[in-house]
Amino acid sequence: MQVYSGIYKEGNLIITKSIYFEGIGLPVLDGQKKYEVLSVKANSVTICGFKIIRSGYATLNDPCGIKVYDSHHVNVINNTLYDNFFGIYLQYSKFCIIQNNSVTGLGVEEQQIGNGIHCWKSDSLQITANHVSGHRDGIYFEFVTNSVIWRNISEKNIRYGLHFMFSNSDSYISNVFKSNGAGVAVMFTHKVKMFNNTFSENWGDAAYGLMLKEITDSYILGNHFTKNTTGIYMEGTNRLLVEKNSFDANGWGMKIQASCMDNVITQNNFTGNTFDISTNGTLVLNTFNSNYWDKYEGYDLNRNKVGDVPYHPLSIFSVLVEKNPPAMLLFRSFMVDLLDKSEKFMPSLTPDNFIDQSPLMHSLQL
Amino acid sequence: MIEIKGLHKEFGKLEVLHNVNLSFQQGECIALIGPNGCGKTTLIKSILGMVIPGRGTILVKGQDIRKGVEYRRHIGYMPQIGRYPDNMSIGQVIDMIKEIRHSKETLDEELLEAFQLKKIFDKRMRTLSGGTTQKVSATLAFLFDPDVLILDEPTAGLDPLASEILKEKIISEKQKGKLILITSHLLSELDDLITHLIFMQDGKVHFHQSIEDLRKLTGEEKISKAIAQILKKSNNE
Amino acid sequence: MNRIIKFIVLDILRNKIVLIYTLLLAVLSWAVFSLEDNSTKGLLTLLNVILLTVPLVSIIFSTIYLYNSSEFIELLLSQPIQRSRIWWSLFFGLSISLIFSFIIGAGIPILLYAPGDVGLMMLMVGISITAVFVSLAFLGSVLTRDKAKGIGMAILLWLFFALMFDGLVLFLLFQLADYPIEKMMVGITALNPIDLGRILILLHLDVSAMMGYTGAIFKDFFGTFLGIIIAFIVLFLWIALPFWVSLRKFKRKDL
Repeated sequence: MQVYSGIYKEGNLIITKSIYFEGIGLPVLDGQKKYEVLSVKANSVTICGFKIIRSGYATLNDPCGIKVYDSHHVNVINNTLYDNFFGIYLQYSKFCIIQNNSVTGLGVEEQQIGNGIHCWKSDSLQITANHVSGHRDGIYFEFVTNSVIWRNISEKNIRYGLHFMFSNSDSYISNVFKSNGAGVAVMFTHKVKMFNNTFSENWGDAAYGLMLKEITDSYILGNHFTKNTTGIYMEGTNRLLVEKNSFDANGWGMKIQASCMDNVITQNNFTGNTFDISTNGTLVLNTFNSNYWDKYEGYDLNRNKVGDVPYHPLSIFSVLVEKNPPAMLLFRSFMVDLLDKSEKFMPSLTPDNFIDQSPLMHSLQL
Repeated sequence: MIEIKGLHKEFGKLEVLHNVNLSFQQGECIALIGPNGCGKTTLIKSILGMVIPGRGTILVKGQDIRKGVEYRRHIGYMPQIGRYPDNMSIGQVIDMIKEIRHSKETLDEELLEAFQLKKIFDKRMRTLSGGTTQKVSATLAFLFDPDVLILDEPTAGLDPLASEILKEKIISEKQKGKLILITSHLLSELDDLITHLIFMQDGKVHFHQSIEDLRKLTGEEKISKAIAQILKKSNNE
Repeated sequence: MNRIIKFIVLDILRNKIVLIYTLLLAVLSWAVFSLEDNSTKGLLTLLNVILLTVPLVSIIFSTIYLYNSSEFIELLLSQPIQRSRIWWSLFFGLSISLIFSFIIGAGIPILLYAPGDVGLMMLMVGISITAVFVSLAFLGSVLTRDKAKGIGMAILLWLFFALMFDGLVLFLLFQLADYPIEKMMVGITALNPIDLGRILILLHLDVSAMMGYTGAIFKDFFGTFLGIIIAFIVLFLWIALPFWVSLRKFKRKDL
């Protein structure tokens, strides 16, 4: 079924049959701020080439630009969604592809706008090459399994660029999360793979490039964390491998709470961060090795490109600030420098096993 | 030319000047003498405005010194110890004082010539000996042809030749009718210069007399002996 | 007045200590920037130099210069010139020459290697800090006649602002950790010109951390244009007030 360009104010369109629903010349479907624009209630539907605007606004039934109900093999491709409450919403759906859509919200406050791409209790989804901005959460995953989020750009959303909960065995790869209110949150999940994403310019008191909470058996590889208040914040994470990531120009490279254990942090670059690592506890159950730290002042006599003295990435001042945030006022004062230097020689307050035994002399090409 | 009336000065509890009343006239050359700590330096500094008097008034050429600084245009001062910014040259020091005074009158460069300072105009003050520094101080005091000259231990540190030059200069200025106020320890040096003598002790003026009167009174030709005699007399009383 | 300043500046600029100071700043700055691979790291190293060396040299040198000039000041006083003019000239002479050495020594490399916000801020802070500590030297040396005491006081003042003050703030922070004292702390930093300068620079240097974590207090105050203006006004007060007090004292001082 093909629709030619024009403005269509049809109220709520419900698709109940398997059709190929194509817009030619970007026809506009206008929800007039009253209706859910497109509802998909059939399997094997493809929607492409539409501009879907102005869905209704309600907090009870979450009206959307496009909503997929209990269906499988639904493809949403090459659409533009603008000024909707929720953008694309999938529930109880399987084998769906959301690709190459532009989803723009005009949210100002968290309560008055829904998510860009919202997936709930679904399985085997592909979210690819979409651009989401101005919504509450750019991409929202809850109880979604075996899915992939690939090459999306999620920026300037009010809360999270990606909000990810109870969604096991998913991967997200090569996405860009930038300037979101609180960065990216990945919570209560195991077996998640995060490869080659960029997390940048997420600034604020509670903003994290990537916040990990109760995550187990996951793999973080090749990501770039740039100019965030905190690159990665970890709480209650177990058996994570953090490898070959770059942490550059963040306030805190990583904040690892004492509730984390058996995580391995290896072969990452820590450059230009105000603090590389911070923690709130004294017990260290995580392993750091073979990272590059630009603050490392050791030497390499045997020229094997590995520093001959171990590196303590935790500065005493970061511990103080963790306990008492306003102490940040004294950062880089002479007294604090003295404190840090003396602590480096004789660790007394920082855990002495918080250590990289084999710091690299040169940064890795990442 | 200078009138001092009821001058008092205290440094904390210590009274350094007690009811000093003095009057100096044109053409006088007055020696101000007395033991260390007698208040003579404080007196001079009061006239120059370096020490602010507690009570009393000082008039210089009829101007109350508390009302403005212009009266100092008539005064040339030579300090006991001259210290100048290390890296200024002699020429710069002289230029600087000229700038401050921006006086348009012709300068009295007699001492400048006599001390042969022009040859070493570019030398920095830091490199000068004590004597040369004193020569600079003396030159500055006389340079603007002031009506009043206040010289604090002028010959101390000067070599005999320079000392003689300075004395001659003082005499010639006196003859031009200027008022000259000198403090000194070495009285014998002053014999042929001074017309009046002030002896101070414990912040008070002990006596203030012309040399002639002094000689008549004591019958001594030498000033030092005359003073000694007076002091003896007053101690006996 | 300008003429006297000129002579004083000429005198100070030829002073060995000032020459060494300029040279030291220059060597440090050039070395720091050419050794570090990024200019931010260089700026960080320089930050410490500026916040320690500049105040120290400014206050000690000015104090010594003032004491050594006491006879010269007397000589000037015997000239028809007002006391306040002498004092102003000395202040401007010292400030201008020390600021000049700072700009020659550290300013040029900073502007060459790190042009832009941070560099400019660093320069402004360095200049202000110089003037503040010259002003403090004037206050110290007018208060006591004894040179040794005066120099001692200068060193103490420097120690206080460079080190002890921050220790005190840290102590307070932890003693009062349970109270909402963030705003008060911003006020307290205004009591230390070195801290004020440091925070102004940090806001440009450690943007991510400063803007984020304690964002509420920093961004809302120092981050805004108005905040920067206020901070510089406070720095100006730090220059003006000590000097003003010293001027009042000097006018009535017996030399």
